[in-house]
Amino acid sequence: MAYDATFHKSARRLEKAGPPFAFTAENRARLDEIIKRYPEDRRRSAVLPALYLVQAQQGYVTVNGMSHVADLLGITRADVEDVVSYYSMFFTHPVGKFVVSVCRTLSCAVNGAERVTEAICDRLGITPGQTDASGTFTLLEVECLGACDRAPVVMVNDAWHEGQTPETVGNMLDDLRARGESALTGCYHAIEGNTPAATRGNK
Amino acid sequence: MTVDPVLINHVREPNAFTLDFYLAHGGYEALKKALTLAPDSIIDRVKASGLRGRGGAGFPTGMKWQFVDKKIAPRYLACNADESEPGTFKDHLLMERNPHLLIEGCAISCYAIGAKVAYIYIRGEFLHVQRVLEQAIAEAYARGFLGANILGSGFDCEVYIHRGAGAYEAGEETALLESLEGKRAQPRNKPPFPAVVGLYGKPTAVNNVETLCNIPLIVSRGADWYAALGPEKNGGPKLYCVSGHVNRPGVYEASMKVTLRELVEGYAGGVRKGRTLKAVIPGGSSVPILMPDQLDVQASFDAIQKAGSLLGSAAIVVLDDTTCMVWLAENLLHFYRHESCGKCTPCREGTDWLYKILRKIERGEGTPRDLDLLSSISANIGGKTLCAFGDAAVTPVVTTLTHFRHEYEAHILERRCTLVADWRARQQPVGV
Repeated sequence: MAYDATFHKSARRLEKAGPPFAFTAENRARLDEIIKRYPEDRRRSAVLPALYLVQAQQGYVTVNGMSHVADLLGITRADVEDVVSYYSMFFTHPVGKFVVSVCRTLSCAVNGAERVTEAICDRLGITPGQTDASGTFTLLEVECLGACDRAPVVMVNDAWHEGQTPETVGNMLDDLRARGESALTGCYHAIEGNTPAATRGNK
Repeated sequence: MTVDPVLINHVREPNAFTLDFYLAHGGYEALKKALTLAPDSIIDRVKASGLRGRGGAGFPTGMKWQFVDKKIAPRYLACNADESEPGTFKDHLLMERNPHLLIEGCAISCYAIGAKVAYIYIRGEFLHVQRVLEQAIAEAYARGFLGANILGSGFDCEVYIHRGAGAYEAGEETALLESLEGKRAQPRNKPPFPAVVGLYGKPTAVNNVETLCNIPLIVSRGADWYAALGPEKNGGPKLYCVSGHVNRPGVYEASMKVTLRELVEGYAGGVRKGRTLKAVIPGGSSVPILMPDQLDVQASFDAIQKAGSLLGSAAIVVLDDTTCMVWLAENLLHFYRHESCGKCTPCREGTDWLYKILRKIERGEGTPRDLDLLSSISANIGGKTLCAFGDAAVTPVVTTLTHFRHEYEAHILERRCTLVADWRARQQPVGV
């Protein structure tokens, strides 16, 4: 084909089996609690929460992790792989301690998201999709995160750092390296005095 | 057209998300009232109010509920909190700062359609919002607004949060149900519609967050009050998300009598100093562009449709004269290419193909033949897929080709991007 039109997602490959996997007692109890939200014969509905627990426990989702989830939910490993390979928030390879996701879609892009990504690349010596040599940061470019009034939006693990510029993002990385998880912020709430000026709502 | 906000009037106050704050401002009164009414009369009220779905399609909510087959049990309510349309962030604000309004809306809606369980499907990236919602739901259970025998009425209602994992397509109602069932978020063939065969094969109402947040207002203040807020058939308050090249991006609540000009130049403070307006996307990345001379159109479902676009999720993306329209199409097709669920071949292969051609043109490697190819591929995706994604994906291409064909031609003629904006300027020339 002239334009090499192939489905880009088919290039996603799963990690090797990985180490043996079983939920900790605590995570197992949490999953059992979650399964109760769904009808008795619909345990499969808990596959996303179960995979989040796998990822929380070992940092990424391995084939052994998927087998464990399949056994607990009474579905096949193929069913679980099908889900893992579809959703973008599951990692099938080890990632850094902090996964830095920069929104690249329109409203962030017109406010300089590309420059923010470049600044992070320069600082860490990596390109999007890579993890830095120290294993601390993985950089990703992601699609619209849904906070376009505070563009460009950067998400670090599950915490949001909005309104970044090429100048501020270096400090953010230094701060994360120095202070670890305590440097993660929440979302800016729309409260007076705790929001970047000039955003959010009537009045 | 300014109105007193009723959905987001308290969002800036520190404790707005707590149950005590909500109760002090009349919270859960609508639920108390609803439980004294017959379920069908609530559906009638919602129909009379003219409430149209706030997720994007603008379908009348009362009618959707009426289609829910009451002969089959159990029935479900699925709240669509997968807010992923580029440019949209209104549900984000509602859930983060006014979560009890949504919970009250869920409970009343469940009562109206006779469901005992509601699932709020929230996008995976909104974990901080989810935590606020979880706490609010726990408070509501503790005070008897959710759970068994709510307020002594004999009505039971459970509300659960289901976290997505990064898929735009999960915002499509049948794909959302697939995802809730533990599968890939891919759309189902329709009909049957979810109101008849929905979650677990049972009748299900799927409603957007903002839609459900309107329900308590309709119950407590009445359908007439609600309908009178906006123009005919476009009643109620509306949240507008304004972003892009404006001075004050944000969520603004207004009547749908407001014009796009008032929203862009008034509420959002207009484009930045020294720049001029080039185009406006009025309803999220999936709708056609409107030009600066069309700004006086009323920002209602019907008026914007008449002007040749769609209100969609009311995500107004404002673009100034530094925006290259070929680049814009490339940016959005990168999005659609990434988010295509892969079920229908025209969309799966076509979005990738469109993206590659656009990237080629933007890099100055395009040929005149490519423009016809873009149109041809677009025509073979639009209307040929199971869900509206296909039509949405080709819209950025078709609309920029319609209004800005000269920019495409300039890229091809000069073999470069003719408009390198300051936010995009690199030290190095764009690589091949």
